[in-house]
Amino acid sequence: MQENMHNKKGFADWFIVDVDAHHVETVSWPEITSYIDDPVIRHQAEMYHAERVGTPPYGLNGDLGLRYQDVGGRIPHQSSQRENVESKDVHRDVILTQRAMHGLSLDYMVVFPTPMLFLGMHPQREMEVFLSRAYNRWLTQKILPADKGIVTLVVLPFNTPDAAVKMVEEYANVPGVIGFCVTSTRYKAVHDNEYMKLYKAIEETGKPIAFHAGYHWQDPSLATCNTFLGMHSLGFTWCNIVHMTNWVLNGIPERFPKLKSIWVESGLSWVPFLMQRLDDQYLMRQSEAPLLKKMPSEYMSSENFFYSCQPMEKSNMKALECTFEMINAKNQLLYSSDWPHFDFDTPNVIYDLPFLDEQSKKNILGLNAAKLFNLDINK
Amino acid sequence: MNIVIKNYNFLLIFEGNLNLETFHVGSVQEFKDRDKKVLILNDSEVGIFRMGKDFFAYENLCPHQGGPVCQGRLFSLVKENLDDNSKSHGRLYDENNLNIVCPWHGLEFDIRTGKHPGNPKIKLKSFPIKVDREEVYVTIK
Repeated sequence: MQENMHNKKGFADWFIVDVDAHHVETVSWPEITSYIDDPVIRHQAEMYHAERVGTPPYGLNGDLGLRYQDVGGRIPHQSSQRENVESKDVHRDVILTQRAMHGLSLDYMVVFPTPMLFLGMHPQREMEVFLSRAYNRWLTQKILPADKGIVTLVVLPFNTPDAAVKMVEEYANVPGVIGFCVTSTRYKAVHDNEYMKLYKAIEETGKPIAFHAGYHWQDPSLATCNTFLGMHSLGFTWCNIVHMTNWVLNGIPERFPKLKSIWVESGLSWVPFLMQRLDDQYLMRQSEAPLLKKMPSEYMSSENFFYSCQPMEKSNMKALECTFEMINAKNQLLYSSDWPHFDFDTPNVIYDLPFLDEQSKKNILGLNAAKLFNLDINK
Repeated sequence: MNIVIKNYNFLLIFEGNLNLETFHVGSVQEFKDRDKKVLILNDSEVGIFRMGKDFFAYENLCPHQGGPVCQGRLFSLVKENLDDNSKSHGRLYDENNLNIVCPWHGLEFDIRTGKHPGNPKIKLKSFPIKVDREEVYVTIK
C-alpha cells in the first residue's frame, strides 16, 4: 500500500485507528490448536494435522470451498498474502500486520480472525469454546506482545454463556485486549436471559462488546442467492440487523446503561433503514417493547452505539451524508479497513468526504476509537 | 343551556347552544372510573376520561395519522418484569397507568399526560377540564 499517498494528502501523521482488520489464523492453525486446553481434543488436533492431507484445518466449520472473495483471482490479496517474511524474530502475522499498519498510516490496528468468524454455527457447541480459548491465548501470548499497536477484541464463545463470562473475567485486564467480540453469524437471540450475566460482566470492565458480522450462505434465505456478490452483500448486514433489532427492542441499553456496543463490518447503509423501520413499527406496538424510554433510532444514535464504517457504501453521497447525520458519525463512527479482505477501505474513504469538517475526520479516523478504547494518542 | 345528548354507539353528540367555550359535560357520577366518553363540542370531538377523582380531556384526533384515538380501547401500561439480574420474566400490566389506544394503528397515550410512552413528543391535544360541585366542565379553545 502507498504510504506516499497519505503524506501527500496530509494525514499521514494523524492519529488513526483501524478497528477492524484481519489476519488469516488458519495459516498458523497447528500452532493455535496446540493451545487447546482439553488434552484429548488437543491431541486429536495434533494427529489430524500430522496425518491428514488435503483437508481443512482441524475442528473448523464453515463453507470450505465456497470462498470466492478473490473474484476468480482478480483480487489476490485476501486469498494469498504473497509477501515474503524473512524475519524469524517475531511471528509472521506480526510482520504482515505491521506492514499493513505502515501502509495505512495506522497507530493501532484491531486484528480479528477470519475463518473463525463461522464458529457461531459450529455443530459442536463446545468446539467454539475450545478453539476461541486457544486462539485468544495464542494471540495474546504470541502476537500482541510484539507490538503495542496491535490490539484485539477477545473472541467470545457466545453459544456457551458461562464460558463467555469466564473469558471476559480472564482477559479483561490482559494487555492489548480492548474489548470483546461476538461473531454475529449464529442463530442465538442476543436478548436471551442466559446472556444477562455476560453483559453485566462486560459492562463492569468498561470495555465494549462488538458484534462482528459475517455471511452464512447456507442460511435458507441467503441460499437463494446464486452469486457471492448477492449473498455477501446481504449476509454481512442481515446478521447484525437481526441482532441490533433484538438488542434494542428488548431494552438491553436500558438494562445495561453503561454497556457500549460496536457494530462491525456491516457497512453503514443498513443503519438508517433499520432506524426508520423500527421507529415506524415501534410507535404502533410499544407494548411489545416496554423497556424502551425513547425511539429505537435514538438508542441507535446514542453515545453507547458505535459503528465501523467498512465497507462504506458511497455511491449516493447525499444518502451517505444523511446516514452520517443519523448515526451522529462525528462521535460514534469508527474507521475500519477490513484489510486484507477484498472490499477493504483505506483512510481516504473518510478523509476525502466532501461534507465532513477536519475535526470530524480526525474523530472518525482515530479519536473516537481512542476515547472508546482508552488508547494512548501520543503513542 | 338547552342540550340534547344523542348516543351514536360510542360517540355522544351535543346539540344546543354550543357557542360557549366552556361546556358542562355531565356530573361526576355519569362517568365510570377508568372509562371515557367521546363528545362533539362545537367543531371538536373530545374524549373525556376519568381516573378516580381526576378527569382529562383530549381531542379525538391521533397525532400519528388522524385516527379517532379517543374511541379506542383503554389498556393498562405494559411493563417488562425484570429481576435484579436484568433477566426478563415476561410482561406485566401496571394498573396505576392507563393508556388510550388508537383503534387505527395502536398508538398508546397515557391518560394522565396524553403522551406516547416511548416518545413524549407525540402527544394528544388536551383541553382544560375541571370539576365544580360534582359537575364536569370542559373548555374548548
